[in-house]
Amino acid sequence: MPKKVVSGNYAAAYAAKHARVEVVAAYPITPQTSIIEKIAEFIANGEVENLQYVPVESEHSAMAACIGASATGARAFTATSAQGLALMHEMLHWAAGARLPIVMVDVNRAMAPPWSVWDDQTDSLAQRDTGWLQFYAENNQEVYDGVLMAFKIAEHEKVNLPVMVVESAFILSHTYDVVDMPEQEEIDEFLPPRKPLYTLTDFENPFSVGALGTPADYYEFRYKIAKAMEEAKKVIKEVGKEYGERFGRDYSQMIELYKTDDAEIVFMGMGSLMGTVKEAVDMLRSEGYKVGAAKVRWFRPFPKEELYELAKNVEGIAVLDRNFSFGQEGILFNEAKGVLYNTDAKPIMKNYIVGLGGRDLTVNDVKTIAKNMREIIQKGKLDREIEWYHLKR
Amino acid sequence: MELPADVKKRLTLPFEEHFYAGHTACQGCGAALGLRYVLKAYGGKAIFTIPACCSTIIAGPWPYTALNAPLFHTAFETTGAVISGIEAALKAKGYKVKGEDGIMVVGWAGDGGTADIGLQALSGFLERGHDALYIMYDNEAYMNTGIQRSSSTPYGAWTTNTPGGKKHFLEQRPKKKVIDIVIAHKPAYAATASVAYPEDFMRKLKKAQTIKGPSFIQLFAPCPTGWRSPTDKSIEIARLAVQTAYFPLFEYENGKYKINMPSPNKEPKPLEEYLKLQGRFKYMTKEDIEILQEWVLKEWEELKKKAELFG
Repeated sequence: MPKKVVSGNYAAAYAAKHARVEVVAAYPITPQTSIIEKIAEFIANGEVENLQYVPVESEHSAMAACIGASATGARAFTATSAQGLALMHEMLHWAAGARLPIVMVDVNRAMAPPWSVWDDQTDSLAQRDTGWLQFYAENNQEVYDGVLMAFKIAEHEKVNLPVMVVESAFILSHTYDVVDMPEQEEIDEFLPPRKPLYTLTDFENPFSVGALGTPADYYEFRYKIAKAMEEAKKVIKEVGKEYGERFGRDYSQMIELYKTDDAEIVFMGMGSLMGTVKEAVDMLRSEGYKVGAAKVRWFRPFPKEELYELAKNVEGIAVLDRNFSFGQEGILFNEAKGVLYNTDAKPIMKNYIVGLGGRDLTVNDVKTIAKNMREIIQKGKLDREIEWYHLKR
Repeated sequence: MELPADVKKRLTLPFEEHFYAGHTACQGCGAALGLRYVLKAYGGKAIFTIPACCSTIIAGPWPYTALNAPLFHTAFETTGAVISGIEAALKAKGYKVKGEDGIMVVGWAGDGGTADIGLQALSGFLERGHDALYIMYDNEAYMNTGIQRSSSTPYGAWTTNTPGGKKHFLEQRPKKKVIDIVIAHKPAYAATASVAYPEDFMRKLKKAQTIKGPSFIQLFAPCPTGWRSPTDKSIEIARLAVQTAYFPLFEYENGKYKINMPSPNKEPKPLEEYLKLQGRFKYMTKEDIEILQEWVLKEWEELKKKAELFG
């Protein structure tokens, strides 16, 4: 299997190329730019065929052009970040509502003001109700694998919904690492050409997409998206398993469990910070802590069942949120706690707000959090529900 | 239905209908008429993109459509971008775009969705040179939203947010000249057209089909509801708009301007003839009418000069 040393962004660009995307419409925004630059290079070097590249005038138009392309039957791809994703927001609803399997890479970047180009999950999590599936990558390999799987899942006949593959600004987007890339023929077997649900080129049976939905019908349209999201869970697991069988990296779990079998305390989070957490788990284990890590790979659809299975057997869950919903709490914490309310699994849960705007979360930080969690479990009582971990006082 | 030969001879437009009965336009709607002509011109071999506007409703609610052509409804400001994406996809997938046997990609948007919120996407579409046609049907206000002013609303017009009244809060700005903004992009083809002159409109639609690159047509489409005009006067009003030079017909191609007026050598009729048929202008004072008349003639002279210099 060919290996390449690439940045997270290049991993995304190679994956789009290997997925044989037909239309790329994109607008530059830091730190996403090198994805679309690399794709332009592929075209300039004659490495891709039948790829139309539309250098649009805004992210809003990037998504609109992808929507037009996808509705015409093409495999469409784009990438963005932070403010760009926020500008796209309206069209994200449109892509999901028109049931278009567009794949987009979002490079997690903090929202302004103040201006920041560094890692923070608030941009993508703010899109959680748009009907997009969301996959959070821990490393460059997962960015690559995530994009390839995303197309297969998005285009599955039971799903037909767009997918967002999320990677961290700079921590992944601009950091080079070894990435395994299967041979093109193997990928073609895994990901055959798209068979669209409908296309606008059907002149024999012309129809309209996105027409007015009166109160008599709108409701059912929403239900069908809700249903497709539920179906997507099965498809994600199947595709993840198939990916493992073909390429050796198994993604059949929506939550990746690391040393959780006998764990009393589990650190839960998403994206690149979970690499640090896993390392900390190893060190803490050697110091006698019974800890594990639960990396939430898919935030939408939310892996309720897997979370419940995990929560049944642990005493405490420390949810690490690189995001915050003002007026409430960290978004993953909020979701995880909500899932467990009507179950008999009631571990102590604490929300640690970490790493906003690109601040580092180190192995030592995770150790401090582990100590704090152990104290809480010993006392059987939370010191506080939300802790802004790095706050300067 | 087969027509007798003598009737066929008299037809100047394709007989075939691709815009079906049962659409939900108001009586006397210029937009509905315009859409019917576009469908006739392309014989159903066009992909339509319609953003939020009257035509969203006119085409019919789910699961109906009055258009015998594929139709994608999209967000208000995205027509230019969506047609760009459709064109790119057709090319990526190897379809023939444009020409007699090719697929026409048509954006059909109102003046609000074009002159205001959609201007950026229109600009991007033109500048990137996509092989598609963008038609702005101009009824000079946000009609579907309840007759609010757009930047295409003319000076002195009543709308629900420029309501006239004692303080004279009528529209105070001249109509934005979208066609000039379009021409500044040096498109392959740009033209104005009117529902009162369907042969001229049809010819322009056919031209857009043969020319490589982006085309734009600004179609004058009366709105009896918003203009407070009798429903049987739409064509007369549209014709007067041309005859008074309020909305002159012309085309731009390869840097050249060509005026296509029905009677090119006639002096424009007085603007008042056009204004008096519409309730939306009834609050205008004598001075207002003079201001608008002066603006119209000045613009007309300017256009004639362009046609002389770049004809």
